[in-house]
Amino acid sequence: MIKARITVTLKNGVLDPQGKAIASALATLDFKDVAGVRQGKVFDIQLDHSDRARAETELADMCQKLLANTVIEDYAVEIV
Amino acid sequence: MKPAIVLLPGLNRDRDMIAAIETITGKKPLTLWQTETEIPADVGLVIVPGGFSFGDYLRCGAIGARMPVMRAVAEAAARGVRVLGVCNGFQLLIEAGLLPGALMRNASLNFVCRSVRLQIVNADTAFTRNYRPGQIIDCPVAHHDGNYFADAETLARLEGDDRIVFRYAEGTNPNGSTADIAGIVNARGNVLGMMPHPENLVEPAHGGTDGRALFESALDLVEA
Repeated sequence: MIKARITVTLKNGVLDPQGKAIASALATLDFKDVAGVRQGKVFDIQLDHSDRARAETELADMCQKLLANTVIEDYAVEIV
Repeated sequence: MKPAIVLLPGLNRDRDMIAAIETITGKKPLTLWQTETEIPADVGLVIVPGGFSFGDYLRCGAIGARMPVMRAVAEAAARGVRVLGVCNGFQLLIEAGLLPGALMRNASLNFVCRSVRLQIVNADTAFTRNYRPGQIIDCPVAHHDGNYFADAETLARLEGDDRIVFRYAEGTNPNGSTADIAGIVNARGNVLGMMPHPENLVEPAHGGTDGRALFESALDLVEA
């Protein structure tokens, strides 16, 4: 069994209205040191085999085909 | 020209679209369920309506775009069949790779549901030839994720090739879309995606009929 964590984040320069709303909520709560917030998504995926190389290929493929919209999002795959 | 309407779980403007087509043509359009793998050969216009396909989980339109019927829509588009995507339908066409760019959360973070003014930027498409160039029409919008985004190179290509079909008229951009973009076509001109809902403005009881010419154009009902 392979466990992986995929993190999908908006690319630099792409406006993140949700991140901005969260940043302003943190300011309301008096967290004065917050210089910016970017919101992303996390996918924890379990694979039913233990072939690491195959897992890396499959996970990248999942990101390309569905999990990330590569027009606006970056993704990072971490096998844990 | 025979129209067909794509049905996916979670879409909720399918009935509005069916009613609009029936009002305009006098006939019920064909409907295509998500499992369909082929678009019948006599269908000349495929419409992907609005709503929240698959609950908009993951991203708007992302899951629906991977269903068999959307592969069939892509094949039909490649054959030159006209395809119209409205609202979630636009998001689905983008996620299916039929149109470039991305539709992000509205800059205001608010769901917008109101009438906007649309400028017909390109009246030389199969979908807009019954409008006048530069004409301003009314059209309702109802969406949370209609903020059109494309990288600079894509935007330049859209502008240069006259592929921006509709813009929100000055001061009415409801979602923060880049360059006030409300609707675009593919390079071949047979696939149109737009956020506003022309199907909700086709009979006087709607409060106006500004959306009607779009369907009359796309269905070849009136010669421009």
